[in-house]
Amino acid sequence: MHGLVNRLGLAGMAVASVLLSAQAATGQTTLRIGLAEDPDVLDPTLARTYVGRIVFASLCDKLFDIDENINIVPQLALSHETSEDGRTVVIKLRPGVKFHDGEVMNAEAVKASLERHMTMQGSFRKPELAAVDKVEAVDPLTVRLQLKAPFSPLIAQLTDRAGMVVSPKAAAEAGDKFGLKPVCAGPFRFVERVQQDRIVLEKFPGYWNAANIHVDRVVLRPIIESTVRLANLKSGSLEMIERALATDLPEIRADAKLKVATVPELGYQGITLNIGKSDAGKTAFGKDLRIIQAFSLSLDRDAITKVAFNGEFLPGNQWVSPRNPYYQSKFPIPKRDVAKAKELLKAAGVTSPLTIDFMVPNNPETRQVAEIVQAMAGEAGFDIKIRVTEFATSLKEAEEGRYQAYVLAWSGRVDPDGNAYVFHRTKAPQNYGGYSNPDVDRWLDEARTKSALAERKAVYERIAETLLAEGSIVYLYHRLMIIGHTAKLEGYRQMPDGLIRLTGVKLKP
Amino acid sequence: MLLFLGKRLLQLIPTLFIVSVIIFGLQQLLPGDPALAMAGEERDPEVLEQIRRQYRLDQALHIQYLYWVGGVLTGNLGESMRLKEPVLTLIAQKFPVTLQLALMAIVISLTIGVTAGVISAVRRDTAIDYAVNVIALWGISTPNFWLGIMLIFLFSVHLGWLPASGYVGPFEDFWLSLQTTILPAFVLGNAFAAVLMRHTRSAMLQAMSSDYVRTARAKGLAERVVVIKHAMRNALTPIVTLGALELGTLLSGAVLTEQVFSIPGFGKLIVDSVFNRDYAVVQGVTLITATTYILLNLLADIAYVLINPRLRS
Repeated sequence: MHGLVNRLGLAGMAVASVLLSAQAATGQTTLRIGLAEDPDVLDPTLARTYVGRIVFASLCDKLFDIDENINIVPQLALSHETSEDGRTVVIKLRPGVKFHDGEVMNAEAVKASLERHMTMQGSFRKPELAAVDKVEAVDPLTVRLQLKAPFSPLIAQLTDRAGMVVSPKAAAEAGDKFGLKPVCAGPFRFVERVQQDRIVLEKFPGYWNAANIHVDRVVLRPIIESTVRLANLKSGSLEMIERALATDLPEIRADAKLKVATVPELGYQGITLNIGKSDAGKTAFGKDLRIIQAFSLSLDRDAITKVAFNGEFLPGNQWVSPRNPYYQSKFPIPKRDVAKAKELLKAAGVTSPLTIDFMVPNNPETRQVAEIVQAMAGEAGFDIKIRVTEFATSLKEAEEGRYQAYVLAWSGRVDPDGNAYVFHRTKAPQNYGGYSNPDVDRWLDEARTKSALAERKAVYERIAETLLAEGSIVYLYHRLMIIGHTAKLEGYRQMPDGLIRLTGVKLKP
Repeated sequence: MLLFLGKRLLQLIPTLFIVSVIIFGLQQLLPGDPALAMAGEERDPEVLEQIRRQYRLDQALHIQYLYWVGGVLTGNLGESMRLKEPVLTLIAQKFPVTLQLALMAIVISLTIGVTAGVISAVRRDTAIDYAVNVIALWGISTPNFWLGIMLIFLFSVHLGWLPASGYVGPFEDFWLSLQTTILPAFVLGNAFAAVLMRHTRSAMLQAMSSDYVRTARAKGLAERVVVIKHAMRNALTPIVTLGALELGTLLSGAVLTEQVFSIPGFGKLIVDSVFNRDYAVVQGVTLITATTYILLNLLADIAYVLINPRLRS
């Protein structure tokens, strides 16, 4: 018996060593990443989720990208030049770039991709490229965009899905099924997808920057439960997870086998106030400006992030975080002032507690924030009635103005225009508060025509001053995008959009 | 028997028609707008309008219903708005996963539940009986969600014996498949095992005190034969019904367990589809699970007839 056990043990060791040497011989490195949600369709034209952008970061290169300081840097493009009247943009392309199917990436391909974004049925890129009138392929490596009007956020739009160039041949063949087997020009090519289980990508040997790609295979797995995502990382079933919870940070930091990368989000978390969307708005915040100001003053943003997020998130009061170049430091985060809030309410003629219908999408984090807001505003004279609502339902309720206050987040865009325009311009698609001010409309349009940072920032200063006094959004804080990964991962750099880029990343055995 | 089967199969037609109307009708009661839910952050009025047109959301309800039923009758359950995949493909991907999990859970619960129930009845009012009862009570009252996370921490994070989550098909890698499904199957089977144990125990107690068991004992049969061949066979009838109903429930997807273990089954598919207002998927999955449920009930009725000869006349 003893002999048999020994022999079995030896045989097991032999098998294990063969397997290990086979692995060493192939030297394949696989990076397994845990996603917080299941991505939608993998077609840059039809995609619309944040989590989908994480997959695209490995799959589809864009004309431009951003760096750590939100500067725009070239990717598939080499440079761009805007004419003096702001109506023509000439983009020079990187030579020698190939798509995953071997087709050449050139001006014709860029033209085909941009036109697909602009005209395809159901395209979510259409509004992003609405300023573009015509795309011309000047020569194989030069593209000229004719604009309907000057539009300075255009290049920033091209750092995201609108700037992704897909293989024209594959796109023409697959039509609206392109997302089932996307063919782009990114560092990894598509292998397979099992819905809700995994997306598998493999290194593309023909990638223009292949020398800096050191991972052979990427497996992206949606694991919605944050606790389980973390358990997978700790047990070694994953090498990387995105959007870990702020409350999990101490545990990740305490684990010597793990590392963490964080960055404040480009977006914001705030409360949209109904000031003119419907009668429900006119009876509360829309009645008197001072009520909006009183509400904002009753909140201690610092305390909110400390209580709900261990103080890891950044308190905020504008549509960009205090670390963004477009943050207006002239208008710092207001200190909580209950006495002043009470005074303002009194001056606005509110004598008894003002009842507010507060719609809160159903997830633990927003619910907790809502309860803190309820307690704080309660001390100033607001009677906040929390109405927890399933997310898709809450969107419809907001669209129809059936609320007085609504917790609503925005994942953020590279250009400040993306965080402000559609929320504050009269009748813009996301202006749920029903805000309207002709001056603000004019300034928002003006900011789109300026390209120098200082000039644009000056326009945004006017907008900020007005909106902070009377706007329909009370900005609260900016989340930290938290990426946890194994300490074996080297060279990972976190960009401000929170996406995972694998260029330069190495996985030690 | 054939007549019985024929009658029951004919009854399926009106039942399925009513089920289809109910599924379609109930879905319309879901608040929210599918186009808005699909657009997510990209809510441009023109794009929303286009989505509504593309998926016929702008047409009258009865027209939408007719399109759907027409598709179903020709074997086309529609296309997922969110993923652009045919609903049938999604169902074909998920069904084997859920089936494997459900069957494993049923085997686990039957093995534990029936054995424990019989032992508990035979050893009535002994320490074993009390112990089994306490364990059953624990099983019934433990939430799947909590048990799942605890098992992941124990077996994956601390002991490192099993993968923390995910799924591998049995034809891809049998052992890995077993490793990825054993914990979720146990969590699912655990609560039902407890229910089965309670039912088996009471059915067995009833059978053991009946006349035919006394007769069998009087004939001098061994106690083992009396328990297994005579008492247990009769006590099994309600257990078969329970098992079939539970299998039906499990096949419609175990939402929480699938969520905790990241198993890409029916439960996850339907929850994601409801939250995204992906109507075609919700309708397709509900129709398939309702049909499966009805068929399983039919099978249970047939099994009754096979177990209990008196019903054959």
